[in-house]
Amino acid sequence: MESFTPFSALLGGGLIGLAAAILLLLNGRVAGVSGIVGDLLRPAGNDLAWRIAFVAGLIAGPIAYQLATGDWLSVTIDANTPSLIVAGLLVGFGTSLGSGCTSGHGVCGIARLSLRSMTATVVFMLAGMITVYAVRHVVA
Amino acid sequence: MRTVLASFVAGTLFGLGLTVSRMIDPAKVLGFLDVTGDWDPSLALVMVGALTVMTIAYRLVARRAAPLLADSFKIPTRQDIDGRIVSGAVLFGVGWGLVGLCPGPAISGLALGRYEVALFVPAMLVGMAVQRYGPWRN
Repeated sequence: MESFTPFSALLGGGLIGLAAAILLLLNGRVAGVSGIVGDLLRPAGNDLAWRIAFVAGLIAGPIAYQLATGDWLSVTIDANTPSLIVAGLLVGFGTSLGSGCTSGHGVCGIARLSLRSMTATVVFMLAGMITVYAVRHVVA
Repeated sequence: MRTVLASFVAGTLFGLGLTVSRMIDPAKVLGFLDVTGDWDPSLALVMVGALTVMTIAYRLVARRAAPLLADSFKIPTRQDIDGRIVSGAVLFGVGWGLVGLCPGPAISGLALGRYEVALFVPAMLVGMAVQRYGPWRN
């Protein structure tokens, strides 16, 4: 567990909770990223602008962080092109079919004590864990 | 216009949260999902932090008749657990475990200028469009 970063995890999580709280208090909307992004593909009325603004903010966040701290983010992505495309398709199709992802179900839904969101969160976390186990410890 | 600005502020805070917590790094997420390996419980604490704030906020906001800048709340009301939510969560979890990206960090990750994210996000959008417009649509 040498990579465990409890304080930045709690702080970052708190910011995510604050973001979801602001969107709910001001706009009455759920901060579920898959829904906000997915409904850009199927626009209903004058619903586009706030969704685009949220997406722009998601991208602006890490840029602002890097400019403010001078700490250029280095991330590790260990996946080849076919994996990236298959994973992207599965994440897109799955979150759309299951009406949400880590933010919509995992944060906003569980905060409402929604049994539906709790079920989805347990299921996608288990599926993710089983997948990582298979990729890292069975196939490799 | 004010709702658009509020939405941008919320999105920015969300992206900052993903950055500060390092959930923008797929290796960090895979470290959490790798429970039998060198397990990194950080993501669990991200959830604790987010849920602590949001659970309290929801209790307070839910007392209001309407949000501050809009006419009404748009909050899911469904309670049923059907095959769609379970199979959708399974497919999502498998994709998440393959690369370590879910929708939030994938979109925020576009800021990193990595070709991997630039491949993943369009594939994710295609997946969403296929579900929304295909015979499986809700």
